[in-house]
Order: sequence, then C-alpha cells, then structure tokens
Amino acid sequence: MTARIGVITFPGTLDDRDTQRAVRLAGAEAVPLWHKDKDLKQVDAVVLPGGFSYGDYLRAGAISRFSPVMDTVIEQAKAGMPVLGICNGFQVLTETHLLPGAMLRNNHLHFICRDQKLRVENAGTAWTADYTAGQEINIPLKNIDGRYVADERTLDELEAEGRVAFRYLDVNPNGSLRDIAGITNAAGNVVGLMPHPEHAVEPLIGTGRTDGLGFFTSILKKLVNA
Amino acid sequence: MARVVVDVMLKPEILDPQGQAVQRALPRLGFEGISDVRQGKRFELEVEGPVDEPALARIREMAETFLANTVIEDFVVRVDS
Repeated sequence: MTARIGVITFPGTLDDRDTQRAVRLAGAEAVPLWHKDKDLKQVDAVVLPGGFSYGDYLRAGAISRFSPVMDTVIEQAKAGMPVLGICNGFQVLTETHLLPGAMLRNNHLHFICRDQKLRVENAGTAWTADYTAGQEINIPLKNIDGRYVADERTLDELEAEGRVAFRYLDVNPNGSLRDIAGITNAAGNVVGLMPHPEHAVEPLIGTGRTDGLGFFTSILKKLVNA
Repeated sequence: MARVVVDVMLKPEILDPQGQAVQRALPRLGFEGISDVRQGKRFELEVEGPVDEPALARIREMAETFLANTVIEDFVVRVDS
C-alpha cells in the first residue's frame, strides 16, 4: 500500500500537474482535489500548489482560503494531517492562519524567476525529514508576492522554536524578513514555502538537480511508516 | 440604498514599496513636497436595508475576516453620506 497525497486545484492554480507528477515520482499516489469539494477523498496528506488562484484578487490566497475544500483542510490540518503549501499555497496557508505572518509584494516590485539557494533549517517536519538540518538546496523561485512579514514577536517565536524551516541563501530575493523562505507550524505537519520543490524533481529539467524531491519522499516515508 | 466605505491600509510598520515607488515618481512629474506615500484599498459597499448597528457589526466582521488581513492591515468602516 502506498500513500495517497491530494493536490488541490483552485481556479487559477498553475502547478497542480507538476505537483502531481512530483508526488508520483516519489512513489506515492497523486489524488486530484477540486476547490469546490469538501471531500478530501480519504487522502493521507494534501499539497496546495502554486499559481494565481482567483487572480490574486484582494490578496494572494485570500479568496481561495474560503473555498469549501479549505474548510476540511483546516479542520484536518489541526487534527494532524500533513499539509504543504507551495508559493500560492503558502499564501493560502498564511491567510488561513494555519501558519503565522503574511505575504506581500516583493520589495523591488518585480516578478522574479530564478534558481534559488536555500538552507533547510528544520529537517524535523513531515515534509523535510529526508533532508539534514543545514543542508543547502537549489530549487526554482517564481513569484511577485513573496515577501514574508510578521511582527517581531512572531519572528522571535519562530526562531526560538525552530520553525523557520527554510532560509534564503546568498541573496534575499524579495525582502522577506530574516531571509525566511518557508516556515512550519509548531506540530511540524503544516509547512509552507515560496520556492518550488515540485519543479526540481528530475535531472533533465530545471537546475539539473533533484533537490526538491525530498519533500515528497519525506512525506511518503512518514505516511508509509506510520 | 446606503453606501458603507471600508478603507484598508497596510499597518504603519509594514514596508510599502508600491507607495514608495509612487512617491519617488512624483518629483519627476513636477509634484514637489510630498515626503511619503502609502497605498491602500477602498471598498464601497452598497447595503440593502438600513445601515444600523447590526448591519455595521456585520460589515466590521466582514472587514476583519476577509477584506483586510489584520496581520498586516488596518481597516476603517464608515457610512458614506
């Protein structure tokens, strides 16, 4: 038996197919989920992929956050189901307040698309166990609303509890506070990041490395061994 | 029908690069003397029925949960007369 990992499609989602592919390459079953369905089809984990759901209207992720599927995702996430938010998915997770802080327009106001070096700061989450703490990875980054902000107290709390899961290395591409590229909730089941691991899972394309595959193998091992 | 306006602004401590870009463009266009610009959003709500305290309470709830993200934004609700 393998794990079933749901990938949600909102109107305006772009990276659902790539995410499903990454899930399959890791050896799990990818289950497409639709934003209007409350039913999660008994998946073991959920990925909110990147894109521009609802055209980023109001705020990135603000309208998707109230879609029927998210009611169930929020409920299940609080009960411990692993959830990964990538890019727009991370924005949705901050809008739900499953993850603290918020995402804002890049400080230089440009859309950015580049290979980005990150340091995995927390290899203890459901989605990062196949990495080692301090490991450097290189995966694509592509967004215009990628600037992570939170108040000082929240930032200090995240740092103290080891909940800064990923930090930008070499260059801070968007003005994110404390170079934060991704964070986790206290339980380690809900993780969000701006860069795109699902675009770095095959040697043929992208950086020529498979640095992103670990997200999907991590969750698969966790679910299969559970 | 009555109109209620909700103004949403980034909190003062949050960097607003869009406002800064506008501010920097002003002198180039001959508009001098503006030391800072903050950019926000304005929602105009056409309300069915009376704009009484319960209606305003619903609108404040709407602003708090949806129109504004209070992690980064403040909002003001007022009746447009």
